[in-house]
Amino acid sequence: MQNFLSYLNEFLLFRNFLEVISGLDNTLLLLIISLPLGFVLSLVFALGRVSKNKFISKPIATYIFIIRGTPLLVQIYLIYFGLGSVEFIRESFIWYLLREPFWCGVLALTINTVAYGSEIFRGGIQSITKGQIESGLSLGFNKIMLLRKIIFPIALRKVLPSYGNELILMVKATSLVSLTTYMEMTGIARKIMAKTFAPVEAFIAAGILYLFLNFLMVQFVKYLEWKYNPHLRVKQN
Amino acid sequence: MFKFDKLAFGDLGWGDELLFATLMTITVSILSMGLGLCLAIITVWAKLITNRITRFIANFYTTVVRGVPELLVIYLIFFGGNSVVMGVAKIFGYNKYIELNALTIGTIAIAFISATYSSEVIRAAYLAVNKGQIEAAKAIGLSKIQIFLRVMGPQIIRHALPGIGNVWQITLKDTSLISVTGLVEIMRQTRIASNVEHSPLTFLVTAAFLYLFLTTFSGKLFKVLETNYSKGYN
Repeated sequence: MQNFLSYLNEFLLFRNFLEVISGLDNTLLLLIISLPLGFVLSLVFALGRVSKNKFISKPIATYIFIIRGTPLLVQIYLIYFGLGSVEFIRESFIWYLLREPFWCGVLALTINTVAYGSEIFRGGIQSITKGQIESGLSLGFNKIMLLRKIIFPIALRKVLPSYGNELILMVKATSLVSLTTYMEMTGIARKIMAKTFAPVEAFIAAGILYLFLNFLMVQFVKYLEWKYNPHLRVKQN
Repeated sequence: MFKFDKLAFGDLGWGDELLFATLMTITVSILSMGLGLCLAIITVWAKLITNRITRFIANFYTTVVRGVPELLVIYLIFFGGNSVVMGVAKIFGYNKYIELNALTIGTIAIAFISATYSSEVIRAAYLAVNKGQIEAAKAIGLSKIQIFLRVMGPQIIRHALPGIGNVWQITLKDTSLISVTGLVEIMRQTRIASNVEHSPLTFLVTAAFLYLFLTTFSGKLFKVLETNYSKGYN
């Protein structure tokens, strides 16, 4: 066993692997904050987007249009470098958060995923037939009950596959935060490459970890689909 | 805060540099989209023929590239691509040092990424065409090439165009990542300019608007193409 371990340690890919794993917590930290936040905000924004009030739906539509039309890298740089150059932000209390690359990353990822997520949820909400809402109203549901008992459950289970795609895109998007000196897996792989001059081994080690993360994400979404779409389950007997 | 005078054309501002950078972004996008489509067609072919090995390779390629961050793929091809090319050249007896320029590397990297997305679109479009049409074409005696050019091809294009439009938008936005290879496209030029002028906000907002213009404009173009290609249907 000891021999085997020391043999493994000679193996560059394995050593890189251990080193890249030390950045896994930073990657996960980004996701753990921005994904739930993005989910909740996406729902709110989707409701605003389908609202009949033009003063709510138009600004949200513009926001979605701008965010979906620009690369995430521009958004990250705008928040990290751009906001930092504005005088009154540097003097306000927000600066305590925004001077950290981590919070800039969280902010950029959240803003990005909310734009995509709310478009996805909008599709789900608009796919609900009028009859379902009318039957809810005829049972005497108020607006919040209608949302909680009819609109959200039906819309969410319909959009699960496409929202799952968005979640995977988010896992991949965390790698861009490494460009603001935040040391997550891609950043560490980059550092290893600079140290060992062996780019292929360093990036493959990180790639395997990202693949694994995405695999877990796919399984999670599959489980949710299985759980919340019981009528679509394939009967086994 | 926002310095408009820095965006002037000529020696005083960065207007002309940004214009050239935009042209570079468009060039890289078109080149990598074209190369990606070629790769995607090969991938789809490998997935659809009844050969286990090619299907495995194609599935492996699309799964891995789509499961790994784009930035990582670009790093891998940018830093590792040279040694691969030199290794291949060595097999053919060429031992000198080869350096691929940033444009080539960037185009290949983005093409690799965009091909995985387009391959899914093209595969779905191919499967959406009714199989009876191939049989009908065979019945009237068309050759395989004629079937592809006159029956399958046009319909695949029609089914695939909306999806290809989406892939084009993704590809266009992904080109911002190859700024890490040093290729002077919008993002790289923006970083250079904002470092020189110490006013990142000006140039980053400009870059955002340039990308927004490109995506919107090309989106409109694809809409026109789509209506053109589905003329007989509505």
